[in-house]
Amino acid sequence: MITVELAKLFRRPRTYLIAALLCALPLIVAVFLATTRIPPPPGQGGAFLSAVLSNGALFPAAAMALVMPIFLPVSVAVLAGDSIAGEAATGTLRYLLIRPVGRTRLLVAKLIALIAFVLFAIGAVLITSLAAGLTLFGGEPSAGVTLPADVTSLSGVTITPAGLMLRLLGTVAYITVSMLGVAAIALFLSTVTDSALGAAMGALSVLVTSQVLATLDAAAAIRPYLPTRYWLAWIDFFREPILWRDIERGAGIQVVYLVVLLGAAWANFMTRDITN
Amino acid sequence: MIRTTDLTKRYGRIHAVDGVDLEVREGDRYGLLGPNGSGKTTLVRMLLGLVFATRGEIEVLGSPVPRRVKEILPSVGALVEGPGAYPHLSGRTNLSLLDAAGPGGGRRDRRARVGEVLERVGLAGIDRRPVRAYSLGMRQRLGLAAALLRRPRLLILDEPTNGLDPRGIREIRELLIELNEQGTTVFLSSHLLGEIEALCTRVGVMDRGRLVLQDDLATLRAPTGRVLVGTPDPERVVALLDGKVEAVQGHLLTVRHADPADLNAELVRAGIRITEFAGERRSLEQIVLAATTTSSDRVEAP
Repeated sequence: MITVELAKLFRRPRTYLIAALLCALPLIVAVFLATTRIPPPPGQGGAFLSAVLSNGALFPAAAMALVMPIFLPVSVAVLAGDSIAGEAATGTLRYLLIRPVGRTRLLVAKLIALIAFVLFAIGAVLITSLAAGLTLFGGEPSAGVTLPADVTSLSGVTITPAGLMLRLLGTVAYITVSMLGVAAIALFLSTVTDSALGAAMGALSVLVTSQVLATLDAAAAIRPYLPTRYWLAWIDFFREPILWRDIERGAGIQVVYLVVLLGAAWANFMTRDITN
Repeated sequence: MIRTTDLTKRYGRIHAVDGVDLEVREGDRYGLLGPNGSGKTTLVRMLLGLVFATRGEIEVLGSPVPRRVKEILPSVGALVEGPGAYPHLSGRTNLSLLDAAGPGGGRRDRRARVGEVLERVGLAGIDRRPVRAYSLGMRQRLGLAAALLRRPRLLILDEPTNGLDPRGIREIRELLIELNEQGTTVFLSSHLLGEIEALCTRVGVMDRGRLVLQDDLATLRAPTGRVLVGTPDPERVVALLDGKVEAVQGHLLTVRHADPADLNAELVRAGIRITEFAGERRSLEQIVLAATTTSSDRVEAP
C-alpha cells in the first residue's frame, strides 16, 4: 500500500506543479536581489536575505525562510486534506477498503506519502535555490560560509561546508516535523469530512488563527502551545553556537500535536461508516 | 454464502435497514430488488464492512462481518454504488494500482491478470487515455473488471448495469451467467425488474429497509392456475366454459383452469379459433408491486 501511495503521489502532475511553484518563489526573489543589489534593511524582510548578497551559498536557508511561513504549509494542508476526502470523492476509498486495505494501514500509507512529499518539496527548493544562489550571487561553498550578522548574535563566525550541510539537514528535519503537524491537522479533518477543500480550509484556518494569536500579546498565556509559534526556530541552526532551546520546544509541540491529531484521525476513521 | 440475522442500521431516527434476514446460498444468482432508497446500498455496504450495523449479525463466506471481514474480502469482488477510479490515470493503471494495494496481488502476473479481466468485460482495446475521458458505460465496465480481478468466489454488485446500453446490459448479463456457471455466487441489487428477472434464480425484495420477500424466482412465478386465451370469438368461449371465465377484455379472456393442455383440447374440439394461449404466471413486477408500498423518492404533499 505504501508503494502504491508513493506511486500515486509521484504520478500526479500536481505534485510537480506544487514543487515547481515552491521553487519559483525564491527564484523570483533571487532574480530581483541579483539585478538590483538592494538588500532588505536590517531586521526587515526575509531572514538571511542581506547576507545572501555576499555569499550565495547561504541562499537555500533564505529560500526556506521565504516558503516556510505560508507557501509550504498551504501546499501541505491542501495535499493532506485531499488524502482521505479526495479518495472518497473519486469513489476509490470504498474500493481500497474492500480490496482489502486495512484502515490503519491506509492512514499510515497516506502519512508516509505526505512525508515523502514534504521531503521532495524541500529538497527541490534547496537544490534549485543553492544553484540559483551560487550562479546569481557567487560564493565559494568550498571556502566555508560566514554566518550573517543579522541572524547570529556573533558576526563573522565561519562554518565549513560540511557544517553548513549539517545545519541544512537539521533545518530539513525540523521543517519536516513542523509540516507533519500541519499534515496531521488536515489529515484528521480529511477523515471527518468528504470535502477535500473543506479539510484543507479547516487546517489553514487553524494555522492562520495560530499565526494571529502568536503575535497577540493578550494571548501570551497560550502562545507557547500554538502550532505555529516555533515554526521559524530552525533559524537557530544558523547561530553559533546552535541555540537548541526553541528547536527542542518546537519539535516537542509538533510531536504532541502529531500524536493527538493522528490518534483522533485514526479513532474517527476506524469507527466511521463509509457512505460515499 | 451470505447470511444476516436481524440486521439493522439506524441513522438517527431513520431505519435505513430494519431487521433483515438475508440468505444467499452457494451458487445462487440472487437479485435484491427494491425502489430507490429502500436500503439496498446500505445493506451491501454492511456486507462489505464499510458501514457498521446498529444491530444484528452478518456472516459472509462463513466469517462474521465486520470482525473478520479482512479474511473474506480477498475472495469477494464488489461494485458498490458506481465504479470508482482515479480520473487522471488510465484504466489499466487504475487496476494495477488497486491490485498492488492489497494482499495477494502477485506482481509477476499482474499485467496478465489485468489484461484478462479487461478482455472479459469488453475493454481489451483500451489505450492510455485517462479514465476522465471514459464514457459512463466504460467506467461501469472498468468497475466490473476491478471486481473480477481477484477471481472472487462471491460477487456483490450494486446496480451493475448502470449507464450501459441494452447491448452492454446483455453482455454483462451473459458474463455474470457464465461466471455463475463456473461456480461464482452472484449477489446483485437493482431497481430494474427486467434485469433481475432475466438473470436471477433467487429474489429478495426490499421495501423501506425491510426485506419483505425472499424466495426462488421459479416458486414466485409458479403458474397461477389461470389461462389467458385470445380468440376472435370470445362469446363462444364464454358460452362453452360457463362460469370458468373470470374476465373478458375484448378478445382476451382469463380462464380459471387447472390444466392448460386439457383446456386447449376442449376449445379445439369445440372448433373455436384461438389466436393466443398461455398459462398465466405473475410477472415479477406484479409480485414486487404487491410486496412494496410507495416509491420512497416520492414526496407527497402533506
